[in-house]
Amino acid sequence: MFDFLDSGQYDVLGAFWVTVQLTLYSAVGSLIWGTVLAGMRVSPVPLLRGFGTAYVNLVRNTPLTLLVLGCSLGLSQTLGIDLAGDTFKETGFRLAVLGLIAYTGTFVCEALRSGINTVPVGQAEAARALGLSFFQVLTLIVLPQAFRAVIAPLANVLIALTKNTTVAATIGVAEAALLMKEMLENEAQAVFAVFAVFALGFVLLTLPTGLLLGWVAKRVAVKR
Amino acid sequence: MTSVLYDAPGPRAKARNWIYSGIFVVLFGLVLWWALSLMSEKGQLDADKWSPFVTDSRVWTTYLIPGLMETLKAGALAMVIALPLGAVLGIGRLSDHAWVRAAVGAWVEFFRAIPVLMLMLFSNALYAPQLMDVPSDTRPFWAVVTGLVLYNSAVIAEIVRAGVLSLPRGQTDAAKAIGMRKGQTMTYVLIPQAVTAMLPALVSQLVVILKDTALGGALLGFAELLATYRQISANYSNAIATLVVIALIYIVVNFVLTTFASQLEGRLRKSKKGTGAVLGAEEIDDAVPGANTAAGA
Repeated sequence: MFDFLDSGQYDVLGAFWVTVQLTLYSAVGSLIWGTVLAGMRVSPVPLLRGFGTAYVNLVRNTPLTLLVLGCSLGLSQTLGIDLAGDTFKETGFRLAVLGLIAYTGTFVCEALRSGINTVPVGQAEAARALGLSFFQVLTLIVLPQAFRAVIAPLANVLIALTKNTTVAATIGVAEAALLMKEMLENEAQAVFAVFAVFALGFVLLTLPTGLLLGWVAKRVAVKR
Repeated sequence: MTSVLYDAPGPRAKARNWIYSGIFVVLFGLVLWWALSLMSEKGQLDADKWSPFVTDSRVWTTYLIPGLMETLKAGALAMVIALPLGAVLGIGRLSDHAWVRAAVGAWVEFFRAIPVLMLMLFSNALYAPQLMDVPSDTRPFWAVVTGLVLYNSAVIAEIVRAGVLSLPRGQTDAAKAIGMRKGQTMTYVLIPQAVTAMLPALVSQLVVILKDTALGGALLGFAELLATYRQISANYSNAIATLVVIALIYIVVNFVLTTFASQLEGRLRKSKKGTGAVLGAEEIDDAVPGANTAAGA
């Protein structure tokens, strides 16, 4: 039943490795971009707040598929920005990561912002009374507590991101979903077996993430 | 405007804010200027690339509006099927019988862990001529709907579970005290209140479903809104303009839904009906790890 795995025709592990790489690069990128966006959304400068709000609302309501396609068709094919990718494969990978960061950053931002709201007002007031500036209050007092409060929501975002990397298949990045599509077309008699292989792969990727980060979240939670 | 982080600005803070605003405007302007000059260099700002969306009504009547209709149709149908299915699964997870809890739990956890795109690809292969022979013109539509139903019924099951668990214990105790059976407690006391509590989260979930239909257009040939970019940009060779207009349509539709959901949430929180427990999408995510009510593709 699973003999298509032995034929050597399909590199299932390789495809999942691309999925993992997409996830890791996009996770790091969207953590940085999301923190910057959250900083903008809580900053005292109205213009920065406005930009952050507008960005989050616009991008969150756009399908990820459209963003990734836009990176590929708009940026790369029409405007010729290939993000210094030498080969077609490299270019597609980088464009997909860019689209994933643009999209996932908004969810990181919203998670962090709700984390900032869990910090008691008295903490920030005390910090200001000691004469700390906005930047010091944010980086020394509020964000460290906020990050500890949002590990569970961020784990959700990471799991969603892992699943969302499959969207890269729409621009031909050779990750798990694209290989699954190819295999479903070629191995029509083994539809269930092919699905089982890829489903198992994703369960193995997402389940440990949720369990591990859920455990970490409980360990580091600020007891109030 | 004050927040946890800063006081109402005094004269010096105001001046500083103006400087920061200025720096931001300059940086943003530079990026915008670079993007626009690049676009005009490639002829993407020419009037004939953008004017079809205003002057040529055929763009709307033959492509965009039918595409939007397909998107809405698939989304609405998926929601209508996934809702009762998700409610049953959610109640199953709260069953008193361990084997029901285990079986339903495994089902829900499994379909929540699989990307919705893979579920769509799988359904598409399942509906192929060799296996089930769904007519080829409606096959992508049914594949998309099936994928969405499998995934979202699992997510809705978690929403329902969180909704029931959010109710005060006293509700169950009181129902028991007046002699209600288990089924009666569920149908007359818990479910109606849970549904009220979850309504905003369910409306938000519709946004996720609508966005996810775009996957079917990109990989299965489902003729939804995003897929219309191929015909439009083939006719007018204006890829960027088309993608921008399609993005705006998605943003407007989803923004309307999001606003409706949050207004509903506000109204329910104020009303005297129910126990006052209202779960927005974010609270569901906090209550149920991995539910991802907001972050669909």
